[in-house]
Amino acid sequence: MSANKESWGSRVGLILAMAGNAVGLGNFLRFPVQAVQNGGGAFIIPYLVCFLVMGIPLLWIEWSMGRFGGKFGHHSTPFIVDTMHKNRLWKYIGVFGIWTNIAVASYYCYLESWTLSYMLHSVVGTFKGLDQEGVAAFFNSYISIGKSTLGIPLEPVVFYIFCLLLNTYILSRGLSGGVERVAKVGMPLLIVFGIFLAYKGVTIKAGVDGAINDSAVGLNFLWTPNYEQLWSPSVWLAAAGQIFFTLSVGMGTIHCYASYVRSKDDIALNAMSAGWMNEFVEVVLGAAILIPISIGYLGVDRVTDLVQLGGLGLAFKTLPYLFFQWGDVMGAVAGMMWFGLLFFAGITSSLAMGTPWMGFMQDEFNWSRKSSAWSFGLIVFLLGMPTVLFFKYGVFDEYDYWAGTVSLVVFALFESILFAWVFGMKKGWREITSGSDIKVPGIYKFIIKFVTPLLLLWVFIGSLITPKNGDWGAAISGNWVLDDSSIIKKVMNSSLKKQLAAATDPIEIAQLQDTLFYVNASRILLIAVFLGIALLVYVAYKKRVREEKI
Amino acid sequence: MNTSALVIMLSTITLVTGLMVYFFYRVVTAKPKSEPDSYADNDDEVHRQETNL
Repeated sequence: MSANKESWGSRVGLILAMAGNAVGLGNFLRFPVQAVQNGGGAFIIPYLVCFLVMGIPLLWIEWSMGRFGGKFGHHSTPFIVDTMHKNRLWKYIGVFGIWTNIAVASYYCYLESWTLSYMLHSVVGTFKGLDQEGVAAFFNSYISIGKSTLGIPLEPVVFYIFCLLLNTYILSRGLSGGVERVAKVGMPLLIVFGIFLAYKGVTIKAGVDGAINDSAVGLNFLWTPNYEQLWSPSVWLAAAGQIFFTLSVGMGTIHCYASYVRSKDDIALNAMSAGWMNEFVEVVLGAAILIPISIGYLGVDRVTDLVQLGGLGLAFKTLPYLFFQWGDVMGAVAGMMWFGLLFFAGITSSLAMGTPWMGFMQDEFNWSRKSSAWSFGLIVFLLGMPTVLFFKYGVFDEYDYWAGTVSLVVFALFESILFAWVFGMKKGWREITSGSDIKVPGIYKFIIKFVTPLLLLWVFIGSLITPKNGDWGAAISGNWVLDDSSIIKKVMNSSLKKQLAAATDPIEIAQLQDTLFYVNASRILLIAVFLGIALLVYVAYKKRVREEKI
Repeated sequence: MNTSALVIMLSTITLVTGLMVYFFYRVVTAKPKSEPDSYADNDDEVHRQETNL
C-alpha cells in the first residue's frame, strides 16, 4: 500500500499552485528581454500563436497524463507514462520528469536564495548611496562568496542552505498543508507587488527622481511592432521557446500536481485558468517593470547593451540602484517588493520541483512524506553546491542549459508523440474532456496530433543545428555553419575552445581551462544522476513485478 | 507613446487580463462535482497500458 495519501485542499489552491509552478523568474526577466530582441510589440503575435497551438495543448496533455496516471496511484512521470503503453522503455523516458526537477532545483534554489538575501539587503539599506557600479560590484562580490555588508561569512552559502531548508520544511508539510498554503499566500502577494511595481514602471517622468526618460520611451521600445521580424524563423523559435519555458511544461511538475486531481474532476478549465494567470503575470506585469524602469533611468542604448547579457544582470545589478533614486524609504519598499515578488515566483516553482521525487519515493518505496522531502533537500544540496562554489566556472550555466533548456524540449517532444500517437487521440481526447467544465474546441484534436508535435520537433531541431547568427536564409541556401549556441556546438564546447585559443593572458587561460574542466565534470555528474534515477525506476519496476502490481 | 505601440499594448493587456479573469471566474463559479457513487464509478473503466484502439 502506498504511503502517499496526498490531495489538494481546494480547487483555487490547485490553480494557484499550478500557476505558481509556471510563474517564475523568467516571467519578469526572460520575457521582456526576448520581446525587445525579437520584434518588440510584433513579438506578441508569434508568442500568442505559439501559446494557442503549443502551450495550451501541452498543458492539456500534461494535466490529463497526470490525472490518468494518478488513477493508478502514480504521482511521477516514470510510472505515469508507463500506464499509457505496454512498452517497458517508456518509463525510462519518464525519468526526465524527475531528473529535470532535481537538476533545475539545485541551481534554481540558489537563484531563489539571492532574492531572499536581496530582500534583506533592500530593507537594511545596503544599496543606499551606492552608484550603479557599486551595486554591480556588490553582486559580483556576493557570487564570489566574498564577505558581504551583513558580515555573515559565506553569506551566499548560508542563504542557500536556509532556502533549501525552507523548501524542504514546506514540502514535508505536504500538498495541502504546505505547497498549497504557500501558493495561496505567495501568488496573491506576488500579484499585488507586481501591480505596485508595474504602476511605478509606467508612471516614470523624465526629470523626476533622476529619471532621464518618461515611461513612454521604455514602453515604446518594448511594444512598438517591427513586423518585418515576423518573417524571421528565429523570432518564431524565440516565441515558441519563451512559451515553453514560461509554462514550465516538459518538466514533470504539472503531471505530478495533476496526479492528485480526482479522476472525475475537471482539468481542461483548470489548465486554462492556470495558463492565463501565468500569461497575465508575464505579459501585463512582467512587461511593465524591468524594461520601462531600466530605460527610464539608463536610456535605450545602455539597456540594449545590458539585455544582451540577459535579465538577471538587470534584476540584480541595476534595479537595486534604480529603486533608490525614488528615495530611501520608497527604494527600500520597492526593492523589498521586487525581490519579494521574485522570491514568491521562485519558491512556488521550486516547491513544485520537489513533488515528483517525493511522489516517486512514496509510491514506489513507501517512504514517508518527511523522508521523501528531506531526501530531496539533501540531494539538491549535494548537487547544487557545485553551482554555488564554482559559479564563475560555468557550472550554474551548464545545469541551466542541459536540465533547464534542452531536456524540457526533449521530454515534451516525446510526451506529445506518446499522447497523440501511441496512447492515441481517441483516448487522449477522452482524457482531456472527461469531467471538463468547458467545451474544448474540436480543432484541438488536430492541433494536438499534428501541430504541437511538429512545432516541438522544429524547436528541437532548431536548437540542435542553429545556423550562425540565426541566419536561416543563408543556411537553407547552402551555407550552413553551426552557431556556437547550437546543441551540437555546445556539446563540443566550441565557444570555450575558441576563447581558449584566442586568449593570451595566462590568468585568463587558466580560468578558461578550469572552466572547461568544470563544464565537463558537471555533465558527467548530471548523467550520473540521470542513470541513478533510471536505476531506481528499474528497481521499482522489479518490485512491482514481484508484488504483482504490474 | 506612439500609436501602434499603444494599440498593441492595450489590446494585449485587455485580452490577457480579460481571459485570465474569465477563466478564473469560471473556476470559482463552477458547481462542485458530486461524490462518485458505485454506478458512476463503473463508467469509463480504464485499464493500465490498454492497447491502442
